[in-house]
Amino acid sequence: MNRRAQTLLALLALALLVLPAFASNYVMSVATLILFFAFTGQAWNVMMGFAGQLSLGHSLYVGVGAYTAAGLFFHYGLGPWAGLWLAILLCVLLGAAIGFLAFRFGISGVYFALLTIAFAEFTRIGFDHIDWLGGPGGLFIKVAQRDQIDLLNFRGPPAMYYYAMLALAAGALALCAWLLRSRAGYYWQAIREDEEAAQALGINTFRWKMLAVILSAAMTAVSGVFFAFYYNNLFPEQIFHISRSIEIILGPIIGGIGTLFGPILGAAVLTLLADGITELMSAFGIEIPGVKQVFYGIVLLVVIMFLPNGIWPTLARRLGIARQR
Amino acid sequence: MALLEISSLSKSFRGLRAVANASLEVPEHGIVALIGPNGAGKTTIFNIAAGVYAPDGGEIRFAGRRIDGLRPDQICAAGIGRTFQIVKPFAGLSVLDNVIVGALQRCRTVSDARALAARVLDQLGLGGKRDLPASSLTLPDRKRLEVARALATRPQLLLLDEVMAGLRPTECDQMVEVFRELNSRDGLTILLIEHVMRAVMALARQIVVLHHGEIIARGAPAEVVRNSAVLECYLGEDAEV
Repeated sequence: MNRRAQTLLALLALALLVLPAFASNYVMSVATLILFFAFTGQAWNVMMGFAGQLSLGHSLYVGVGAYTAAGLFFHYGLGPWAGLWLAILLCVLLGAAIGFLAFRFGISGVYFALLTIAFAEFTRIGFDHIDWLGGPGGLFIKVAQRDQIDLLNFRGPPAMYYYAMLALAAGALALCAWLLRSRAGYYWQAIREDEEAAQALGINTFRWKMLAVILSAAMTAVSGVFFAFYYNNLFPEQIFHISRSIEIILGPIIGGIGTLFGPILGAAVLTLLADGITELMSAFGIEIPGVKQVFYGIVLLVVIMFLPNGIWPTLARRLGIARQR
Repeated sequence: MALLEISSLSKSFRGLRAVANASLEVPEHGIVALIGPNGAGKTTIFNIAAGVYAPDGGEIRFAGRRIDGLRPDQICAAGIGRTFQIVKPFAGLSVLDNVIVGALQRCRTVSDARALAARVLDQLGLGGKRDLPASSLTLPDRKRLEVARALATRPQLLLLDEVMAGLRPTECDQMVEVFRELNSRDGLTILLIEHVMRAVMALARQIVVLHHGEIIARGAPAEVVRNSAVLECYLGEDAEV
């Protein structure tokens, strides 16, 4: 990272740190959402961007993470700090199961992606039948009192959620930057580029692919726990839905798969533009269902047509920042 | 004792006998060339030795230890490096990063691996191109990168699958010089598949000729090129020499 990149990163960090002092609650909610997708996109990027394993079922980990922590809180009053570990453990086990099935039996490429969808889908259907977690009617946890901070139970004003998400997104960025420079980063990228050649160079591809899936699942579990305590309501139909998985992966795709800043940039671009178009539509009094999705589709098309590697690689060059891989 | 001992190796693909009862030995610090017409089974022998396939019959010993049926990464860890006939660079990574991946096999830290990779690249004349993406290299440079990556794993035995193909004679001679030096200075043992006879004659101390999966001749280069069975399989029965 050169001097210029460091300066820009410091400025961005500063702006994000002082944002709550100036921003309205609406702006805060948008910013929190951007950070949420930046973090979750970063988690997905570990698996696809680094190791080249396409998951189209990341809503599975968000949902299982969210339901685990919310269920413990709802029934036993256990705060998310305890529930978090169980959420991570369950998601790691699920990720390991998917990874083992796929990598042990040589399921790769689109068939691997199908397997991830299948796991998310049957979990969604399964959760419809778990009455203990509210079934299809949803699970609701006590809404936060907005004026006092209760860190133990992770209840509080919007700024608390914002800072929590900011810390997570920053932590994920630092973790991924470190991973890319480590043995794991080299091995994952080698596997992504050519698995046979990677194996011939002594890489136990099964083990390193498993690590990518497990790490990605664990990180996504954390965003699930956050989701539960931020939105306070969970429905299997929504949280496990494939459109959620797609939403998670659009950020990194638009921003730049395999890059460090791609997921962050993509999340910002998509969330801001989607909110912008919603505002614009209501300003003109137009109410057409599905406009947001159509809009997503168009942006995706345009980016893929003109910037097939995502926005970040081109932007980084324009900003005079060296290659950020 | 030979470093690599291949005994009575057989492998069929859906009834097609690719390798039939083939035995060959590569002595330590030796250079052996495996030649033969297209489809003779040369690459199949390589792929079995490198762990891509398990043999149907026979066994392979490396430094006295059985290695047939091991996975490619285990074979690499045992000390056998290989190149691919159809080069497989990590296209999205830089030239240096490509070689670092190999060097990490023997180095504990990434910075050690970087230093080793830089040395190997210099050795192969790719030092000036280390920061280019591998996808931008020309075919001869990709072949060199393929060799550099395998060498960075610090193998005792190097399996070269047609690394000279597509090189100009001068480039071929440079490459031959690199392998000679690696062999004489570092004691690297080499088994190569090669069609470019210029390289085979310059490098190999022993040539093994494979035809229809069977070994039809073996010996010193000068003997083998006069062998009638060899001439027959390359030129046809009625050829007059």
